[in-house]
Amino acid sequence: MLELNAQSIGFLIFSAFTIGGGLGVVSSRNLIHGALYLILSLFGAAGLFVLLSAEFLAAVQVLVYIGAIAILIIFAVMLTRSLTRLGEVFNKQWWLSALVAIGMFVLILVGVILPVFSGMDTSGVSPNVATTIDLGVALVDGNQYVLPFEVASILLTAAMIGAIVIARDNE
Amino acid sequence: MECTDIINTLAACLEVSGTDPGLAQFIQILLGVVIVTMAPLIVVILLIWVERKFAARVQDRIGPNRVGPYGLLQTIADALKLIIKEDITPAGADRLIYNLAPIISVVSVVLIWAVIPFSPIHIGVDLSIGALYFVAVGSIGTLAIMMAGWSSNNKYALLGAFRVVAQLVSYEVPMVFALLVPVLIAGSMSMQGIVEAQRGMWFVILSPVAALIFFISTQAETGRAPFDLIEAESELVAGFNIEYSGMKFGLFFAGEFVHVFTNALLMASLFFGGWVGPAVDQVPALGFIYVVLKAAIFYLFSLLLRNTLPRVRIDQLMAFNWKFLVPVSIVNVIVVAFLLQVVRALGLAPSAELSNDFIANLPQAIVLLVGSLAIVIYVLQQLRNFGRQERLSQQTVTVRKEDEVDMLPAQAAH
Repeated sequence: MLELNAQSIGFLIFSAFTIGGGLGVVSSRNLIHGALYLILSLFGAAGLFVLLSAEFLAAVQVLVYIGAIAILIIFAVMLTRSLTRLGEVFNKQWWLSALVAIGMFVLILVGVILPVFSGMDTSGVSPNVATTIDLGVALVDGNQYVLPFEVASILLTAAMIGAIVIARDNE
Repeated sequence: MECTDIINTLAACLEVSGTDPGLAQFIQILLGVVIVTMAPLIVVILLIWVERKFAARVQDRIGPNRVGPYGLLQTIADALKLIIKEDITPAGADRLIYNLAPIISVVSVVLIWAVIPFSPIHIGVDLSIGALYFVAVGSIGTLAIMMAGWSSNNKYALLGAFRVVAQLVSYEVPMVFALLVPVLIAGSMSMQGIVEAQRGMWFVILSPVAALIFFISTQAETGRAPFDLIEAESELVAGFNIEYSGMKFGLFFAGEFVHVFTNALLMASLFFGGWVGPAVDQVPALGFIYVVLKAAIFYLFSLLLRNTLPRVRIDQLMAFNWKFLVPVSIVNVIVVAFLLQVVRALGLAPSAELSNDFIANLPQAIVLLVGSLAIVIYVLQQLRNFGRQERLSQQTVTVRKEDEVDMLPAQAAH
């Protein structure tokens, strides 16, 4: 079902980036390497967005996520004691996160991947490619996503104000 | 096949001569990419010479004048020297990251050239999100500097990198807000669309405030004086690239020079009409000359700033950005967006057929210009009040000190 053309080769490469980078993040003992693997993973996801003709999301992915990794590295350098040889387990609830991760994986497997392979009717997916303009209109259209959009804006504004309040001097 | 951009013309010719269509497509894309990426790397050779000559004249020197006529080949000799120099990797450096950083630094700048329109038909690729693309790609440059600073295993390099990230991330905010203005007016994020929309009127007339903020913040993005805290020699020895030698240092160096000129090109394309000029539709190649001439003016202006202004302190740098540039740029975007809607509601905006006409653009331009003027006057007023307050508080401090001095002998007499 997978024919070998430029698109599928691109998909394979970007998937390898995404998954390989993700594995690198959780397995590397060096915090900086972990952060850089995260870049690889996010870059792969941006590539997948491009393959889906969602250039806007790809650019935002690079701008917001990859652009912020530099700050993540600063935090890693400033807030941790040993950067290069992480040995100890800090969090005692690792089993809980493992459980959640496995649960999510099973959910994706059952909900998304199995139906595709069992020959489910995929004609429900619209062949029309939404443009950036469609995306922008959908975010401010009263019948579509204006409420989630505004709620997210308020949340972010509140978080920003909170950060300023915490950081300012008490005079 | 239609001739729409640099890349999409070769495959048609190859197919006619009997090459497999897929292969023809691949060769054409490969060649296009090579051409677009080589251009900045060739231009930089000239740029370095221009900058050195210019700096020399400002400082009352002659500048490079030995290798070739007017010292034109000096850069090539320097590059040769850099290549054959010993390449030193410091002990304890993270080898892979250390070697990767200069490459990513150059690539992040060169990638921007893919969306810069040089003429109606000459553009690497006219992405529908071109304006967003160059911000996204530019943000990778910050990362390269952080990688270089950390992997060098040197505290000065790391300190330099910290400063860079703080500076670049901060100045990205007003830059993006200023960038929003041309996108708003043109109604398109494609670079070609933004330039096309300026056929009637350059955007700098519609929003001079945005143009000025964009220029200042791009100057800070390149880490040039007065914002050159990145490599403040007197404080940080050389900054994030202190451990780099040979051609690896050369890559950072070249990347910075290309970045300055790229920003000049963006400035010309976003606010000064890009390739728009007389007879550009008949002879598209003229577009190259127009856009490069416009960019050259900004390039030379930025060199002049670099060579004449002193460096600001890090706290001044941050305060200037967060307390001045960011608020002004946000207000500017809101005012422009509001006035654009007003103009459209009143029917003052030029119709689609007349959008290339200068006269038809005048009403809209006048309304937006008045809006910009209002912002400028308000900001100047605020600055005046702020300055007066500062002076007054300074005076009271000195007066109090004088009182104390007067009191001391009086106490002694008692």
